[in-house]
Amino acid sequence: MSKQEKVLGSVANYVDERTGAAKWMKKNLTKVFPDHWSFMLGEVALYSFVILLLTGTFLTFWFDPSQNEVVYNGSYEPLKDVEMTAAYASTLHISFDVRGGLLMRQIHHWSALIFMVAIVAHLLRVFFTGAFRKPREFNWLIGVGLLTLGIVEGFLGYSLPDDLLSGTGIRIAEAIIQAIPVVGSYLAFFAFGGAFPGHVFISRIYTVHVLLLPGIFLALITIHLMLVWYQKHTQYPGPGRTEKNVVGYPLMPVYMAKAGGFFFIVFGVCAFLGAVASINPIWLYGPYTPGQISAGSQPDWYMGWLDGLVRAAPPIETHAFGHTISWNILIPGLIIPGILFTGMALYPFIESWMTGDKREHHLLERPRNNPNRTAIGAMSLAFMLVCLVNGGNDIIATQFNLTINGIMWFTRIGLFVIPPIVFVITKRLCLSLQRADRDLVLHGRETGRLVMTAEGEFVEVHEPLSAEKIYTLTQHEQNAPLALPDVDANGVRGVGGMKGKLRKRASIAAAEQVPSPTLTEAKEIEHH
Amino acid sequence: MTTDIQKFPDPGLPEHQHRKADHDPKAADAAEKKVAILFLISALGAVLLIYSYIFVREDVWFFIPVMGDTNAKQFGIGMGMAISLFFIGMGAIQWARTLMPDNEVVAQRHEFRSEDADREDFVATVKERAGVAGLGRRPFIKRSLGLALGLAGLSPLVLLRDLGPLPKNELSKTSWKAGTRLVTDPGDRPIRPSDLEVGSVAQILPELAPGQKRTLEDIGKDAVLLIRVRPAEFNLDAERLSWTHEGIIAFSKICSHMGCAVALYEQQTKHLLCPCHQSTFDVTRAAKVIFGPAARPLPQLAITVDSEGYLVAQQGFTEPVGPSFWERSS
Repeated sequence: MSKQEKVLGSVANYVDERTGAAKWMKKNLTKVFPDHWSFMLGEVALYSFVILLLTGTFLTFWFDPSQNEVVYNGSYEPLKDVEMTAAYASTLHISFDVRGGLLMRQIHHWSALIFMVAIVAHLLRVFFTGAFRKPREFNWLIGVGLLTLGIVEGFLGYSLPDDLLSGTGIRIAEAIIQAIPVVGSYLAFFAFGGAFPGHVFISRIYTVHVLLLPGIFLALITIHLMLVWYQKHTQYPGPGRTEKNVVGYPLMPVYMAKAGGFFFIVFGVCAFLGAVASINPIWLYGPYTPGQISAGSQPDWYMGWLDGLVRAAPPIETHAFGHTISWNILIPGLIIPGILFTGMALYPFIESWMTGDKREHHLLERPRNNPNRTAIGAMSLAFMLVCLVNGGNDIIATQFNLTINGIMWFTRIGLFVIPPIVFVITKRLCLSLQRADRDLVLHGRETGRLVMTAEGEFVEVHEPLSAEKIYTLTQHEQNAPLALPDVDANGVRGVGGMKGKLRKRASIAAAEQVPSPTLTEAKEIEHH
Repeated sequence: MTTDIQKFPDPGLPEHQHRKADHDPKAADAAEKKVAILFLISALGAVLLIYSYIFVREDVWFFIPVMGDTNAKQFGIGMGMAISLFFIGMGAIQWARTLMPDNEVVAQRHEFRSEDADREDFVATVKERAGVAGLGRRPFIKRSLGLALGLAGLSPLVLLRDLGPLPKNELSKTSWKAGTRLVTDPGDRPIRPSDLEVGSVAQILPELAPGQKRTLEDIGKDAVLLIRVRPAEFNLDAERLSWTHEGIIAFSKICSHMGCAVALYEQQTKHLLCPCHQSTFDVTRAAKVIFGPAARPLPQLAITVDSEGYLVAQQGFTEPVGPSFWERSS
């Protein structure tokens, strides 16, 4: 036994005698993880969260979360002797007088943007491949929770420096709180410790940003990962891959090296962005004052859709009985986001209700093989994108020489018209792709080689696919609509009322697909 | 589906393809060197970081296309960090891809549902344990515990009451009163009508009493925009017209939609535009909303001149300024 082995052995012995970990470790070090590039999206989110914790901790050493008035006396000349809050002054200090401070701020902000991009990309991957189906509904719910918290955490984070841009964002948040019927002005006064902007808000959101939300994040991410571990990862369909097995690389050493290495790559990319790409140059905006603003005020991208919705809202308020209800704030700021996120959270249950499918699923679906779901996803995405475009309508107007009014009307109409069109087009597209797969399997790949037959006829040579490829293209399930009776036992039409009717129609829509080619069909074609 | 339709069969996992480094020791050595080089590049990155941190001067700037002027120290530290981290990752992944075993492994899944016997046992256990606790038999305990837990749950709400004062009528009040002088922001200089040319705009705050300090909360409600147009251009009713002075009209600068500063004035069209959500107000028609999500005009401040010829408020605002709230009556 080498010396190294001896040391490792005695450490392992020490730990095992106190925890009994050897048995668990033995089993889990060879745990199998399937490999696919799209499985890295969630990893990017996890790693950027770790980067956020590390760089965020660095920033807390100098940041002063206080709205006490100070006179700036640092090395950034244009703001010398200007009165500002300690929060803004300390952010300037980090940016100009702490070596590597600006870099850390920029890495922190970049990784926050990447964190949100990765969460959304991961969510789309999970949605469009059907990875949320039984038994993974809990993880879907946790994921929706993490996305929601991520938006809040990001907003609070860029609000902390108390510059003119972020203060404007807080002002808008205050207006949304204030617009809540009955309790709005009370909630606003409690949150801000009095009239806006007050002098307590920055220190309050600081506690939420660095302690409360990261704590909840850690807990939710831990459960999220434990469930992935326990339920085993889903896998894409292919030869040798079934609902009953999982094919991939063992945790030690391959997956460890790849995943661990990938963490460093994500960190490296964030550091590179922080080094070369300026982000949120708060010194250009100046300290916050409610009487000023800069043109082209934009939130971070993950808030853009919300801002776009607010911009598109029609100017409606109700004044009655001495009270005011601001529909122009409540509808885009609270009601529509509430409906969207509730619908997203409930989607796994809605789909299972539509299809009647209560089985476990571990094989992912190719998006084209579930046209209805893919179309619903594309439709929702289209809605969000129209909102996002409108969130940047002032920038788009100046960049492309359009009128803001034109973009706004495009949005107001587009929000109702574009998503349904996208739904129909996506569904047709999926069915066409299924048809193309069918042709490919039954007739082989077009080689582009033309051959003249003895009779003088030109034909293109088709090359048959490999058995592996054919299996991958034909293994997916053939859905049938739910067999819901039209009339009940007494011959009365409309079983289950409206709900029953809706379910019947939804299940027919969800089951629409091109029949997968079969071996039988292939043999028949051969005979001709 | 009838039984005589056959699906395409599963050919099983494809055969494992060996890599060159698996059987050729030379290729394996080359792969090892490649990994080592990647790790060494990372080490150089760390050296660059330390060097930049200590030796590069703070006032050195250079130009990067697209990115603009970049501080050399910050760039050196950042690039050093990026290189040191990125190449550790590249090395590890290269190592995993070329030298670690790349055999795919198959593991079996098991259904999560417990065996029926276990599920029945579980239900029996819960029932039996609950029976031991006597929850079902002792409703008084159950109800009083519910009450206690509910009230205990309310206590954080009670304790959070002191987060802030009650709003009272704070949202409806501003510092403007009859006779308050209009002063410039910044500068705090009182202004005469002649200071303002036709077509110009001034940012205005109420004059402070001696020794008084202006807070951000005050500015958030008091900020006013003063705009001068030709009097003939006004399209106002008699009362609103009497609130103007020689073509000078004053509006709250705080947007009636969400409280942003309405700071963009289009001189040609005489429109005020809020940069946050593009609500657009027509100055000549008492800031009527002509576009965007705002539902109310900007409140107008009645102005006149005092005996010394300085602009003053005729009275305070006649309605609350800023975004709407439940208690607002109009």
